[in-house]
Amino acid sequence: MVVRCEEVWREISNYLEGEIDPILRTAMEEHFRECERCAAVLEGTRNVIELYGDERMSEAPLGFSHRLRRRLQENMVPRRRTFLGWMVAAAATALVAGSIELAHSSVFGRPAPRSEHAQPGKGVPPDMMVVVATEGKTFHVRGCPFIHDKARLQTITAREAMREGYTPCVRCMKKYLSS
Amino acid sequence: MPEEVSVLGSPAAQFKEEALIRRIKGGERDLFYELIRPYERRVFAAALAILRNEADAEDAAQEAMLKAFKHIDQFRAESRFSTWLIQITVNEARMRRRKDHANIMEPIVDQQDEEGNYTPRDFADWREIPLETLERKEVRQKLAAALASLGEKYREVFVLRDMQHLSIEDTAKALGISTASVKTRLLRARLMLRDLLAPGLGGSWSTSASFEKGVKPW
Repeated sequence: MVVRCEEVWREISNYLEGEIDPILRTAMEEHFRECERCAAVLEGTRNVIELYGDERMSEAPLGFSHRLRRRLQENMVPRRRTFLGWMVAAAATALVAGSIELAHSSVFGRPAPRSEHAQPGKGVPPDMMVVVATEGKTFHVRGCPFIHDKARLQTITAREAMREGYTPCVRCMKKYLSS
Repeated sequence: MPEEVSVLGSPAAQFKEEALIRRIKGGERDLFYELIRPYERRVFAAALAILRNEADAEDAAQEAMLKAFKHIDQFRAESRFSTWLIQITVNEARMRRRKDHANIMEPIVDQQDEEGNYTPRDFADWREIPLETLERKEVRQKLAAALASLGEKYREVFVLRDMQHLSIEDTAKALGISTASVKTRLLRARLMLRDLLAPGLGGSWSTSASFEKGVKPW
């Protein structure tokens, strides 16, 4: 079976998906060996799929999870509550202090620090470039050995990091900690 | 609290998800965040594919997840939760897009005949773009710009299938189109992107003054 270039282009996507009958597959393999142009189209298409499929291409903006959670929490609160109801709710919330959830609560103003153990920074230059991991709690200088999730780092200013609730790393940002 | 690690879509994850949905329907509403957490990025990406603007996409994604929360009682276990969530997101984003006047600015490529054969433009030997270059923000931006220049119907399919790794069937369900259309549009999207990323043809790469015509930026 011999296939023409036009047929190869039409089937190249199915070929890469593995959804193609064996006879056509063999014919196309043969064609790619002989036709440089179609081989280039195949390699390029494969490369496109690989590049865009990488998770670095699908990043949500910094603070996305945090803001989403806040919006959901705001909407999960029953709309009409009496003053007494609010007091009871506030007291109940205080009782569960210690839970990490508290750090994300919108009840106590924003931005809430992402970790309950965090110390706020003092005098961190706001324009200093720092790195954060999307799901992390602290910000670091690039290359700090105490960064946990090295795969998902973003570089931002210290001002943005603090606005998103990140707190300074106790090691690399030691000189900026208040105590 | 140590986080349980279960692979997305595995039977264990599926089981855990079904249990979560039952508890949420039963009144434990605050578990909803746990339910949607694995899909956050996918929801954002789907909204971005349609709206092409991060701020609008974030707002649409939040709204979609709120709608899913409010209508969780209507969710039926015969479909997958992730597909249902993406469907809501696609509807939300499309609705906003219709309201938006920028609508008129849909790129010309969108008017191409979907059924017609697509002829690749650049036959130069493809020089591979190595994965490591994705570390560089400008490379990611170039790739994103190329994707943004495709018509909506190609972008939607490409993002759900090739970037968010939904199956062909789930992509079709989420977008309300046939699997045959998914396949045709996917082919077109992939070939168009390949053309856009190939050097020296007036694609998005060569419009930047920072590198010379025909020279790749890596």
